[in-house]
Amino acid sequence: MSESANQEDGVIRRDFLAYTALSMGVIGTGAALWPVIDSMNPARDVLALASVEIDISAIAVGQSITVKWRGKPVFVRHRTAEEITAAEKVNLADLPDPQTDSSRVEKPQWLVMVGICTHLGCVPVGQKSADAKGDYDGWFCPCHGSHYDTSGRIRKGPAPRNLEVPPYQFVNDTLIKVG
Amino acid sequence: MNASAHPAPEFKNPVVRWIDQRLPIFTMLHGEYVVFPMPKNLNYFWSFGGMAMVVLVIMVLTGVALAMQYTAHVDLAFDSVERMMRDVNYSWLLRYIHMNGASMFFIAVYIHIFRALFYGSYKNPRELVWIFGVVILVLMMATAFMGYVLPWGQMSYWGATVITNLFSAFPLIGEPIVKWLWGGFSVDNPTLNRFFALHYLLPFVIFAVVMLHVAAMHQAGSSNPTGVEVKSQEDTITFHPYMTVKDAFGLMVFLFVFAFFVFIAPNYMGHPDNYIPANSLSTPAHIVPEWYFLPFYAILRAVDFQFLWFVPAKLGGVLLMFGSLLVLAMLPWFDTSKVRSCRYRPIYRWCVILFVIDVIILGYVGGKPAEGAYVVISKLATLYYFAHFLVITPVVGWIEQPRKLPNSISESVLKGS
Ligand code: HEM
Ligand code: FES
Repeated sequence: MSESANQEDGVIRRDFLAYTALSMGVIGTGAALWPVIDSMNPARDVLALASVEIDISAIAVGQSITVKWRGKPVFVRHRTAEEITAAEKVNLADLPDPQTDSSRVEKPQWLVMVGICTHLGCVPVGQKSADAKGDYDGWFCPCHGSHYDTSGRIRKGPAPRNLEVPPYQFVNDTLIKVG
Repeated sequence: MNASAHPAPEFKNPVVRWIDQRLPIFTMLHGEYVVFPMPKNLNYFWSFGGMAMVVLVIMVLTGVALAMQYTAHVDLAFDSVERMMRDVNYSWLLRYIHMNGASMFFIAVYIHIFRALFYGSYKNPRELVWIFGVVILVLMMATAFMGYVLPWGQMSYWGATVITNLFSAFPLIGEPIVKWLWGGFSVDNPTLNRFFALHYLLPFVIFAVVMLHVAAMHQAGSSNPTGVEVKSQEDTITFHPYMTVKDAFGLMVFLFVFAFFVFIAPNYMGHPDNYIPANSLSTPAHIVPEWYFLPFYAILRAVDFQFLWFVPAKLGGVLLMFGSLLVLAMLPWFDTSKVRSCRYRPIYRWCVILFVIDVIILGYVGGKPAEGAYVVISKLATLYYFAHFLVITPVVGWIEQPRKLPNSISESVLKGS
């Protein structure tokens, strides 16, 4: 009796040691793998994101330009008065991703956004006056049919969010700095 | 039916004998590929596995030669491929073989999969063979996807952007995963470099899984068009010379088709936009993946609505696309019928054929813009795809009255049933 109790005791202690050793091994291997995984994350030089300065003096009302920032297109649009009123008039309850127009701009006539569809990353069309602009007169993503309004907000289609507004500031009246 | 069941002959060649005594590789090859008993009623559908294997070897050989000329840098990649086409000896040929080889690989493997579906080869005791097969398919897709990014044309760039962005659909972890995949804020030089590294690596992983696939298959032996297992030696013929000759003939026809594409229509299965260098500021009006991805792409796009209340459209599409491969892998457990071959399954044979038509329809709408009737068709076809596995296959297995099975392969061959 006492012998079998002893044996049981021994088995349990051995199991404990075995499990401890195994978990240490797993944790150690995991820790050793981490540098490999993390090396695939954006590197320091990539993260040291250059900011870009954009001269907006030459953009006439109703025109847009596209500038590259962090490898992505940034849309700068000089909006017309009608576009601004259309964007401000929208009932927030009609929006899949509710945001007021004023929260998306520094100055109402200048709309600055990352020109990447929030669905799967295509560049929507609508920058040139001849482009299709979608059902809401803003931008249209041809990849899977997302429609954005004159504030760059998603209105229809598979994209879940509004076009992203990057961090930017007006250096002066004709110069903005993105990033 | 493993190697030990077929003792090797005394090898005459002394070098072979010397090696074999120390590493019984020749005994193994003799057992598995010379005297290995094959059902005697195999048709040409059984030749496609070997064809796929040959294409894999061709892909590695041409790929290594291309890699010696290729430069994995966003500023140089496109031009390095154009240089192959113009200046490097025979590189145009190697590249066209590699490009069309990817398509031929999928053609062979899709027919190989159809064979398994129709003749029930995936059933007990071959479930693991089947699962390794689906793993190979997934690895092939990853390899081909990354290879297509390498020439750094417009379709390369935007295909890579759209597909990597799929992962952003997962809540919370999505965005970090995508940045990790890219190594930056968009598909860029770090992405191209890692895709090249993985594109070089994965085919060798495929080789390893093919070994497992074949080893697991040799455990149970090949299935056959009757689905009745081999009962005696009467039912079999030896692998060599019978299957080697038959497979060699099938392979020649296959290579003939391959050569037709390489020499006569090398860009037929490709997309002209990929001869425009990648431009991160402008997306082509109509992005389409390579033809072999179209059915899965259609399933991805079919979900453009909120799925229940907690799955947004984007995530729903992604889950269904991965799910379509998962249900394929689980097929042995959805099929409730005891009978393997559709020859003896009067209802299910039509279900398999309808399923193939459904996949072709998915492939067709996957290549069309997501608008109008195409959207509706892709939804219905996606629904049918899943219904085939989750509902039709188990239910037909229960209600169907199978035709009488022959007692043995020999009986079926002699009576011609
Ligand atoms: C499973 C096997 C493989 C598949 C399915 C595959 C698929 C592909 C595809 C679809 C392309 C794009 C061709 C084009 O449009 O130009 C490609 C390109 C390339 N592959 Fe592979 N590949 C495989 C194996 C390999 C291997 C083993 C290597 C190297 C050792 C390799 C090296 C390359 C290189 C350097 C390119 C870029 C040159 C080019 O675009 O023609 N491939 N691959
Ligand atoms: S990427 Fe814009 S709709 Fe899909």
